[in-house]
Amino acid sequence: MMPKFPFLKTKDPENKSKVFVPSRRDFLKLSSLATGGFILGVNFQCSGPKGELITFAPNVFITIDSDNLVTIIAHRSEMGTGIRTSLPMIVADELGADWSKVKIVQAEGDEEKYGDQNTDGSYSVRMFYEPMRKAGATARHMLITAAAAKWGIAASECHTEDAQVVSSGGKKIKFGDLVEQLKTMEMPDPETVTLKDFSSYKLIGKDVAIYDAHDMAKGEAKFGADIDLPGMQIAVIRRCPVVGGKVKSFNDEKALAVPGVNRVVKIEGAGIPPGLDKPLEGVAVIADNTWAAMKGRDVLEIEWDLGENQNYSSAKQLEEMLKSTSGNGQVRRERGNFNTAQQASGQIIERTYVAPFYAHATMEPPAAIAHVHGDGTCEIWAPTQHPQWARQAVAQALEMDYQNVKMNITLLGGGFGRKSKPDFVVEAALLSKAAKAPVRVQWTREDDLHHDFYHAQSAQRIRAVLDKNGNLSGWNHHTVFPAIGATANSAEIHPSDGELGLGCIDFPYEVPNIRIETHESKAHTRIGWLRSVSNIHHSFAINCMLDEIAEAKGVDPVDFVFNLLAEDKDLDFAGELKGDFGNYGEPLDKFPWNTRRLRGVIEKVAQEANWKKALTDGKSVGFAVHKSFLTYVACIVQVEKGSNGQIIIPEVHYAVDCGIGVNTDRIRSQFEGGAQFATSLVMTSAITFENGRVQQNNFDGYQVIRMPQSPKKIHVHIVDSMEKPTGVGEPPVPPFIPALCNAIYKLTGERIYQLPFKS
Amino acid sequence: MATFNLNINGKSQSVDVDPNTPILWVLRDQLDLVGTKYGCGIAQCGSCTVIMDGNAVRSCSIPVSAAEGTKITTIEGLSENGDHPVQKAWMEHDVPQCGYCQAGQIMSAVALLESNPNPSDTDIDNAMNGNICRCGTYVRIKKAIKTAAKS
Ligand code: FES
Ligand code: FES
Repeated sequence: MMPKFPFLKTKDPENKSKVFVPSRRDFLKLSSLATGGFILGVNFQCSGPKGELITFAPNVFITIDSDNLVTIIAHRSEMGTGIRTSLPMIVADELGADWSKVKIVQAEGDEEKYGDQNTDGSYSVRMFYEPMRKAGATARHMLITAAAAKWGIAASECHTEDAQVVSSGGKKIKFGDLVEQLKTMEMPDPETVTLKDFSSYKLIGKDVAIYDAHDMAKGEAKFGADIDLPGMQIAVIRRCPVVGGKVKSFNDEKALAVPGVNRVVKIEGAGIPPGLDKPLEGVAVIADNTWAAMKGRDVLEIEWDLGENQNYSSAKQLEEMLKSTSGNGQVRRERGNFNTAQQASGQIIERTYVAPFYAHATMEPPAAIAHVHGDGTCEIWAPTQHPQWARQAVAQALEMDYQNVKMNITLLGGGFGRKSKPDFVVEAALLSKAAKAPVRVQWTREDDLHHDFYHAQSAQRIRAVLDKNGNLSGWNHHTVFPAIGATANSAEIHPSDGELGLGCIDFPYEVPNIRIETHESKAHTRIGWLRSVSNIHHSFAINCMLDEIAEAKGVDPVDFVFNLLAEDKDLDFAGELKGDFGNYGEPLDKFPWNTRRLRGVIEKVAQEANWKKALTDGKSVGFAVHKSFLTYVACIVQVEKGSNGQIIIPEVHYAVDCGIGVNTDRIRSQFEGGAQFATSLVMTSAITFENGRVQQNNFDGYQVIRMPQSPKKIHVHIVDSMEKPTGVGEPPVPPFIPALCNAIYKLTGERIYQLPFKS
Repeated sequence: MATFNLNINGKSQSVDVDPNTPILWVLRDQLDLVGTKYGCGIAQCGSCTVIMDGNAVRSCSIPVSAAEGTKITTIEGLSENGDHPVQKAWMEHDVPQCGYCQAGQIMSAVALLESNPNPSDTDIDNAMNGNICRCGTYVRIKKAIKTAAKS
């Protein structure tokens, strides 16, 4: 079974890894990876569904061929974060490989070989930094031992560089020339192997270009839809416009008359709940080429039984959700006594915040290729963030053992959480089976926007109590949004602990009376996770409110928030939470919630952005700080009016504490991209439903920002840190949203309580 | 179905397709030139940008019947080894994230620089307005265009 929230890492108390030389048997299984070379694997242990330790073997490979080629396996999916570069480069740096000549090979989806390949939740670097270093160091140690023995000198006199072992006396030997010796050697205990000193790294902590840059600039990088197989057919599907609806009947006569169309096939959907890994009900047109499939679909005649969501209106639901927040909800965190604080108040500030459904709109719409063979096996090519889930879902749909499903991973043209869900991969598999041929399922942009797993719309109400001395003495936060869990289980009508742990329940400020409550709402569509998940709306509400409180008190919002953290400490929220605090799947002793680090990024961003001066100069600047996915981020956004009165964003400053910065250029690029992504959430994007149907069809209706609206300069200040590295894919988004809203308020004098804000 | 003679990346090719088929799908499905991407199909996103007689056009929205007698350049035809000045600038600034929009971005940039070798910020904004990058690489795209303009 898949964990309920694949965007959160499974709790992993041990997180042990072991480097090993594969056994002869394993080696034979893996020999396709190396032509008679030397292979090193990494066992990675993590916990199973019941918390039991599972050892995956072998997990990651380094191979060294006799012709000196060093190959490193990338076992995480590349969707734009640069992970396909950043993990292998850690291995290469420890090994002393010649990075310019290292070959990176994408692993297929295979749990037995590679363990967890779920690329989600900003945890790849967090989870694999140590194992990758150990793997590289173990191989280096063996190479040095082999060379030293050959030369009759001490290992301490040798080091590696540019894929050679070099002695202090100037002797050199290529890695490839040591391969035969390596194969006969005992592997040292990786736990005793010394890792390099941080200061001697040539790649880690530096700007390293992505491995695929050249292919991408040449148009040669292969994404999902770029895979072609002999005899492959293309399928385009008309899915029920309302979630949970069924096909009553269909007439395929006209579709089959379109030249190139070969067959029309019904796909059965799960109904309600729709599930996180099931296709929607629909009718597929399978043709020789994409255009014919699209034309055929245009003339399909389908009568739908639209089901129970056919009258759903998101606007109406939002109204009800908002209304519910003024009543009593389910208490999820309680400190002190909010009611008493309220009675003794000097001033109460009460505000509501609403945010819409958002679609992922990955630049590459979903596409997948399946070839179901007659012998009960199947091969898939898919841009998936979660190869193992896709593999299991396909196996289940085809009723075959998952071992018989070979899962190849292409590059992903964006993921943002959408491509964790394997529904589109299952579609390809079912249609290949029906067509008895390889089939590529191609989603159009309309399909993508109409049938996404949306970020849920939300309503929040915050009551802030200032006591007679003007101190913030009470914080009452109501939040309501359809839960992700409801997509698989309709009984889930409150946000889960996992979703509240994303920037709501872990409100870190020193306020004596806190009450956090949730309210009921049902899901009438498929809800999923989008880059930073419920941190999006939680950070929006909390940080806009803090800005407003600072204003009411007549103090600088940066000083206010900084001081509200009070003395430095590790937070555990003990005794206050009514449920679990997920901490993104990590134990608090390993990754503490540290207020000093939050203050650190506040200080840094204020200093780098010259905050005080910007204020005295009368610039429209907004500030916010938010920790998510264990990474601490503060943000200052500046806005101006453009020549047509439109809002432009000349400058953004981010301060980020993500522990050790592994590939600093890719950290910056994630923050640059995160700022742009968040600008769309604030300024342009919204999905709405009427009569159960999404009202936006394409990029004309669901708008995302383009170059003229995009932030012009984005400065990313990375805190120098030797703490364990944490991810950066999602953390840029949450603080940017309220920082931009607070800046717009400075410019226009109007507070933003509803997203998207239309200027 | 009808036969069309096309000039693509300096090569004559003939295809037998429905005359309404957009150039995009002829490139991808018939000619195996998959560097040009599908993103919206309605000239909104720029992923499918190719250069037709010197102009950046959205290949998803032009039928193959309108392509006869024109010269089309796709990302594959820009240079032999990826050393077109715009491609080089792209690598220098390590522009791509997921990479999916980048072929379209590069083709729009090439067309811009061919007609305006020294574009201002506003010129760049206007010329690139039709190309969405959902990963948000806009800052680096602009820098790369300026670098390419200098070379
Ligand atoms: S696919 Fe042609 S502009 Fe989007
Ligand atoms: S790089 Fe991903 S859409 Fe532009």
